[in-house]
Amino acid sequence: MVEPILQAKAVTAGYVPDLPILRDVSLTVRPAEITLIIGPNGAGKSTLIKAISGLLPVSSGQIRFDGSDITGIRTDQLSAQGIAYVPQTDNIFRSLTIRQNLDLALRRAGGQVPTRLAQLFEQFPALAAKQGDKAGTLSGGQRQFLAIAMALATAPKLILMDEPSAGLSPKATQEVLEHARTLTTQGVSILLVEQNVNQALRLADHCFILAEGRNQLDGPAESLRGNKVVGEIYLGNRRVGFA
Amino acid sequence: MIGVISYLVFFATTASILAIAVLGLNLQWGNTGLFNGGVVAFFGAGAYATLILGGAAQAGHLGGYGIFYPLALLGGMVAAGLMAWIVGLLTLRLRHDYLAIATFGVAVAFENLMRNAEWLAGGAKGVRGFERPLRTALGDGFIYNLVFFVVVLLILILTYLFLQRLVVSPFGRLLRAIREDEEAAQSLGKNPARIRLIAFITGSVILGLAGGLYGTFYAFVSPQDVLPTLTFQIWAMLIVGGAGNNRGAIFGAFLIWGAWTASGWALSRFAPVEVQLYTGSVQFILIGSVIVGMLMWRPQGFLPERLVVSHKGKTKRKQHGEY
Repeated sequence: MVEPILQAKAVTAGYVPDLPILRDVSLTVRPAEITLIIGPNGAGKSTLIKAISGLLPVSSGQIRFDGSDITGIRTDQLSAQGIAYVPQTDNIFRSLTIRQNLDLALRRAGGQVPTRLAQLFEQFPALAAKQGDKAGTLSGGQRQFLAIAMALATAPKLILMDEPSAGLSPKATQEVLEHARTLTTQGVSILLVEQNVNQALRLADHCFILAEGRNQLDGPAESLRGNKVVGEIYLGNRRVGFA
Repeated sequence: MIGVISYLVFFATTASILAIAVLGLNLQWGNTGLFNGGVVAFFGAGAYATLILGGAAQAGHLGGYGIFYPLALLGGMVAAGLMAWIVGLLTLRLRHDYLAIATFGVAVAFENLMRNAEWLAGGAKGVRGFERPLRTALGDGFIYNLVFFVVVLLILILTYLFLQRLVVSPFGRLLRAIREDEEAAQSLGKNPARIRLIAFITGSVILGLAGGLYGTFYAFVSPQDVLPTLTFQIWAMLIVGGAGNNRGAIFGAFLIWGAWTASGWALSRFAPVEVQLYTGSVQFILIGSVIVGMLMWRPQGFLPERLVVSHKGKTKRKQHGEY
């Protein structure tokens, strides 16, 4: 049995004290896999990813990463431990150039900056061609690639991606998700929140379904594709764990 | 003729001191997005501390240390920085309007403390007994003011160069990144709370430097010098000049101070006697109108922030609503 790189146990969290959005949510992420979180609007998917990334306080439960308890640790400290978070929108700095965005993310790399920068540009050639341009001039897909490149610049073991396809065309969405797949071949684990269920299920290894802030169902992504129960949860005809 | 030159030197000295203060605010607001509504408290801390540390002994209140002037001025900057550190720890978790209200409250509290705590800084009578440096050698007249202006101008240039270097440094880019999106900066391992505090303290130290020079120039400071009006004047200078642009900050300081003094002169010379009684109030209305007008029609100011767009060295001025 492979030890999970991330494990959330019975996490309760929300934006306002005493008003939890998530109730006793649990999940595991295994190394070098894409773990997908799906669910209808308001299910608590982004809330869960924000609670894991330290942006929201966890009122009960525990989050463990790479063998350590990270519950309540600040987002910037989690970065040093190997967790990168890619927010849904506003995930790049528009007034800085692409190169400056990457420099900012690479500041912990010390003397390795030129090598790491070259590696990133090799991985994202479209960014290399525009490295002197202001990031605000990039297209939606290119912005997502820049955001992913910035996350990679922090040398993460786990990337938390919150709906990277938000606002993208189907083609750009496919490119971004496929790139996420290639990252796992480099040993990076990914926890992905996504609304494009069919596309994401094709790429993910494991999937958790949330609704109304609770776990509903989980299993290998392959087994959930075309599963009638998934559709019923989305349409609100079925809930698990409610009286 | 000498009268006009003397007045121009006096005007330029005050405008240069205020330009240093506007540069301090520009670091906080223009570069970092910190809405400091209590500018005058940090300016005042610098002025009071410089005069208390560098002045002659005074009965009834703190002071009379007679410290060597550059050290006294440094002490004024440290006092402003210390106050910013304490205020920053308490308030920097607040955003925009709440931070503005909290810091405005700090400035009002500072003024009231200076007005009422006589043992501290002489209360309403203010701090006197400060002898301007090199006064025995240069006297009190035009030559002294000219030399003092040159010193202030040099300090203004040094402050400008320091901030220009800071803005293009990795730390300056980090400030802009935090201004744009704090969550994204956090996700890259940056600690916005610490960075904002550093920027707030640095900006306040510069405000304290301006306050110290102001106190030195007049050899006197009282609660009347730390009224909220000065906060609004310094804000008007930054908004009109162009937030985020250090040259805009200096330009705004000279322009608004020029408009302020010209309006005072014009009102006292041409307005009916009944209006002259309210010259100060009319000037406040003018400053308020300038701020509102600029925010409506040219919110980026006369010299907007310049942002690098391409590797070919082209630059683009920041447009309304654009970062």
